[in-house]
Amino acid sequence: MQSAERSYNPLTILENALPKLVVAPSFIAMMVFIYGFILWTVYISMSKSTFLPNYDFVGLVQYVKLWKIDRWYVACKNLLIYGGLFIGFCTVFGLLLAIFLDQKIRLEGAIRSIYLYPLSLSFVVTGTAWRWMLNPGLGLERLVREMGWESFSFDWLVNADMAIYTVVIAAVWQSTGFVMAMFLAGLRGIDSSIIKAAQVDGASLPRIYWKIIIPSLRPVFFGAFIILTHIAIKSFDLVVVLTRGGPGYSTDLPATFMYEYAFTRGRLALGASSATMMFMMVMALIVPYLYSELRSKKNG
Amino acid sequence: MASTSSRSYTEMAGRAALYAILLLFALYFLAPLFVMIITSIKPMAEIRTGTLISLPKAPTFEPWLKAWGTATIGVANEGIKGFFMNSLRIAIPAVLISTLIGALNGYVLSKWKFRGSDTFFAMLLLGCFIPFQVILLPMARTLGVLGISGTVSGLVLVHTVYGLAFTTLFFRNFYVGIPDELVNAAKIDGAGFWRIFWKIMLPVSKPIFMVTIIWQTTQIWNDFLFGVCFSTGDTQPVTVALNNLVNTSSAVKEYNVDMAAAIIAALPTLFVYFAAGKYFVRGLTAGAVKG
Repeated sequence: MQSAERSYNPLTILENALPKLVVAPSFIAMMVFIYGFILWTVYISMSKSTFLPNYDFVGLVQYVKLWKIDRWYVACKNLLIYGGLFIGFCTVFGLLLAIFLDQKIRLEGAIRSIYLYPLSLSFVVTGTAWRWMLNPGLGLERLVREMGWESFSFDWLVNADMAIYTVVIAAVWQSTGFVMAMFLAGLRGIDSSIIKAAQVDGASLPRIYWKIIIPSLRPVFFGAFIILTHIAIKSFDLVVVLTRGGPGYSTDLPATFMYEYAFTRGRLALGASSATMMFMMVMALIVPYLYSELRSKKNG
Repeated sequence: MASTSSRSYTEMAGRAALYAILLLFALYFLAPLFVMIITSIKPMAEIRTGTLISLPKAPTFEPWLKAWGTATIGVANEGIKGFFMNSLRIAIPAVLISTLIGALNGYVLSKWKFRGSDTFFAMLLLGCFIPFQVILLPMARTLGVLGISGTVSGLVLVHTVYGLAFTTLFFRNFYVGIPDELVNAAKIDGAGFWRIFWKIMLPVSKPIFMVTIIWQTTQIWNDFLFGVCFSTGDTQPVTVALNNLVNTSSAVKEYNVDMAAAIIAALPTLFVYFAAGKYFVRGLTAGAVKG
């Protein structure tokens, strides 16, 4: 392409094709393992499959069935509760901690490391730790009672109405540091002369944050929202370890529902249709985001 | 900056409150780790009578030894050590292969663009975000057809394939920042594809290798979904084994052993984090915050 002279020397042809050859295996892997597999799952979700794949096309019957299952409905409701609270708390705590840490704090590095270390732990470990601390017999309940509040009761982990909130507690603990790191990077990127100018004009610090700094962090809010929503929809391990979806199926999320139907009960088509629903939720979120990101990069 | 002496009283009080809040949050984040550690060295008798934060009176490392070597997980009484080794045997090859391929992909997609390469990159980027549930069923069948379902090699394949999108993204975004002039000048001097990669790109790539290796190590070590779907019995990774240990309904629940096992399962990624936290955070925020 670049050179005007065309050479038919086999070595040169190979040299020119080399970049394509290098990415070819990844391209094939992507087409098979990502896009091909997605199509396969979507097709299975429209088939009669039960224990074994069955390729008779039945249209949207499985989806109709799926939305009639109470357990799926509970899983989606839980996703809204859990996702909403998880995103809300992580964003508020993350933003506050970032602003506080940005006040020329001594030992900032050490404090930041403490806030961030939970991120290196798996959700399985996180779940194990919180499962122990929230257990009604020997955990927090006992601690508070021993400290003098004899009637204190904290049984959320085994209470079907409250158990989903224990998942929120553990997830917020794990992921807040991440949001803080994003906001901190955003704060450090703000031109300090704007803030100085506002101070000269006599604006108070809280006012400067509320009126100038926080609005200018809008892209970070947006990015954090996308990533947290994505984490929420994919949440699986934490629920499995912390509550096993229980009591009953009161803490099921779409991901645990999918696993249960596809792998434990062997109802492939229903599992595939729930997976497809999850896929569509994520795509509805990600495609506009990536589109705007890639566009703004081209223009900028 | 105002000197300390000229600071007003309210300003000092404000600073004190600020530090108090930061300290409170630090305690909140540290508490579970602290509780895990002290629980793991208490005998069960002390756990039954004490509270979460009561310090061990007679510290013991029995629970650690039991968690590592003799605890009952699944059908065997051999502790978590075999599963820990499984995770190593899965993570090391998968991290190395996916990072190397990612480096080459990123190099091509930034410096040797061809018609369609941008489309390829966009498609790959979308692949970073798919919920893996949508590929679990076909993957299970494919592993069966290849004859590697339930094996360590099967999990290496799965982690390598689904890690590629991220490793390529990391390297591509890093290499875009290296001036094209440098590469073009080398091309005019007659340097080829591999020579430019070797002499120009690799020498400056240390930070992005660190970021990618740490990201991949953490992702693969901490994975539970692939582990639980694609492994059985003695090929399970440590996260799946930990869940089996914690979630068995045996008559006597040994919380100290659970906690010791959880810390053992967490040690590698904790170590990586404390040894190379800078790169860890950079990986997390890569792509999320625009520079």
